Amino acid sequence: MAQLAAPDTVRRISGVDDSPTSRAVVPLVGARELVHAAGLLTSRRKSIWAWTRVAGDAMDLASLGMAIAHRGGRRRRRLVAVTGAVVGITVVDLLTAVQATRTKAVRGSREGGFMELTATTTIRKPPPTVYAFWRDLGNLPTFMAHLEEIRTTGDRTSHWSAGAPFGKNVEWDAEIVDEAPGEKIAWRSTGNADVPNAGTVRFGPAPDGVSTEVHVVLSYDIPGGAVGKAVARYFGEEPHQQLDDDLRRLKQVLETGEVVRSEGAPWGKRARKEFPQRPAQPLSDSEFAKGAQA
Amino acid sequence: MRANTWAGRNKVKVRDVPDPRILNERDAIVRITSTAICGSDLHLVDGYVPTMQDGDVMGHEFMGEVIEVGRSVDPDRLRVGDRVVVPFPIACGVCGACAAELYSCCENSNPNAGIAEKMFGHPVAGIFGYSHLTGGFAGGQAQYARVPFADVGPLKIESELTDEQVLFLSDILPTGYMGAEMCDIQSTDVVAVWGAGPVGQFAMDSARMLGAAKVIAIDKEPYRLQMAERAGHTPVNFEEVDVRSRLLELTGGRGPDKCIDAVGMESSHGSAPIHAYDRVKQAVRSETERPHALRQAIMSCRSGGIVSVIGVYGGFLDKFPAGAWMNRALTLRTGQCHVQRYMEPLLRRIERGDIDPTRVITHTLPLDQAERGFEIFKNKQDNCEKVVLKP
Ligand SMILES: [Zn+2]
Ligand SMILES: [Zn+2]
Repeated sequence: MAQLAAPDTVRRISGVDDSPTSRAVVPLVGARELVHAAGLLTSRRKSIWAWTRVAGDAMDLASLGMAIAHRGGRRRRRLVAVTGAVVGITVVDLLTAVQATRTKAVRGSREGGFMELTATTTIRKPPPTVYAFWRDLGNLPTFMAHLEEIRTTGDRTSHWSAGAPFGKNVEWDAEIVDEAPGEKIAWRSTGNADVPNAGTVRFGPAPDGVSTEVHVVLSYDIPGGAVGKAVARYFGEEPHQQLDDDLRRLKQVLETGEVVRSEGAPWGKRARKEFPQRPAQPLSDSEFAKGAQA
Repeated sequence: MRANTWAGRNKVKVRDVPDPRILNERDAIVRITSTAICGSDLHLVDGYVPTMQDGDVMGHEFMGEVIEVGRSVDPDRLRVGDRVVVPFPIACGVCGACAAELYSCCENSNPNAGIAEKMFGHPVAGIFGYSHLTGGFAGGQAQYARVPFADVGPLKIESELTDEQVLFLSDILPTGYMGAEMCDIQSTDVVAVWGAGPVGQFAMDSARMLGAAKVIAIDKEPYRLQMAERAGHTPVNFEEVDVRSRLLELTGGRGPDKCIDAVGMESSHGSAPIHAYDRVKQAVRSETERPHALRQAIMSCRSGGIVSVIGVYGGFLDKFPAGAWMNRALTLRTGQCHVQRYMEPLLRRIERGDIDPTRVITHTLPLDQAERGFEIFKNKQDNCEKVVLKP
């Protein structure tokens, strides 16, 4: 912000000349960094934003390099110090960008096709308790944001429905294909599922002797067509984040008995989008009524 | 109800907002009798902490009377009519972090854990009125507040102590105390505290209470240094003397045994060029902190000493003196205060008269004058140290 509000001061401090070019460039650089901050905080495509930062850093380095070449004495020393720091920041940005890109490549496609998701959490309850909660499949919609309802239809069979998020109802039958009480449940969709899917959850004791480590693997075979598109769009946003948040809510429900709500994110498991949020102030009557339905 | 809200960078506004209601079954609603403006509120107002929104209710230090409880609140722990001080971190009391008494790292109380995780690697607890990064909970600079997990955090006050004597148990007193406790203070220790704001003052008092031989206060505001001096601490004005030389002089060349950074991200302790460097990087968001106090503490601390950080940092900092830290065997300890851990024992200390929290209060204003309160506190006008607001 200083580069926008007081460009002259900033130029003086960092040893840049007061020239028409610098007068134009310094505020621009300031504006650029603010756009990055906003991008990194709100965008789902963080890797792109991280790369634009690297590009920005390279720009800083180039201009600082040019400035150093034309300076001597104390101002040169000051510039050299600033340059050293910018090099450091560039390295960090570069690493972030590479990492973000790599993560994205692993995280499946936006256009459909086979997608596998994994997530894990530790819950401070013993494995038999966590297992029993999950085995009662009707509990799953209390923490899985995209599930509307699971109806048990037999010892190992059930009917699942996922509602609003897909823009239309998606339903399928599922069966438990493998099970070890207290340790593992594996299931898959059966028949003509719109979105063929399968999952495995393992429950293992944590080293503290009290808690359970929960490992989940979900896989979806996202088809083409309208449903496929809707599903891909839904999961394509941040599929890993979805599953991580689901497990966070599982932990909340098992440990505290409820999904915690705040005035900024008042709809519990329905708060599937972190942005935009409402201001953190108490709910009005109509907002409260909306929450009661949710 | 009336509430003090964030209204954009450098702006707060007292407005009418809906009354809070029970959203979770372990919530309670508290009618607030006293609340305060905290130094870390300034980071929110200054815009250095991201994810604030226009209309967010501010404030994380408050106390009052319970007027409603949710269905699952344990009646043995909390009932309507109880007088309570509310700790700023919201903690569930049962997760791994809470079981380890790391309440400000509670794993279940932040509905925006996903965002916090991206910023911090792992999520942190929800905090009242403290950005959406810490959950987007409405704050306590208001007539009423909703308190989640109300049967875990809030401390019942059953004695005749005044609001002013117990209010700061919500944050700054335990925070200052934890800063000193993390120093493992020995009777031979000289403890230097950067920042003579309210938290710094309580860190100094706590260091003394825990048996330090000498406590040094570092600041630039003469009135804050005088306040520390009146409490028996040794003042050092960093605008008048070179801090490191003065500290060496006061410690026979050893450097302070223990150093407490009670300043945090908006430090102005540095030399002009490095301060300018940090301000620029911070302003353009490529560095979020101005960590002079921390750098100076690490450079000044005696070899093998402890640097305890209770000033608030939000993101990333540059030019961390890792060489000094590593080569001179320093220990760095830090954390948002795990308030719940300290409330009860500190209440006993207040009752015994070991510590007097009221000594930092310089201003008491009605809630409707919160904007003025922020103004004088931020600009250190009128010798302002701590502002208490009365809804
Ligand atoms: Zn505070
Ligand atoms: Zn907890």
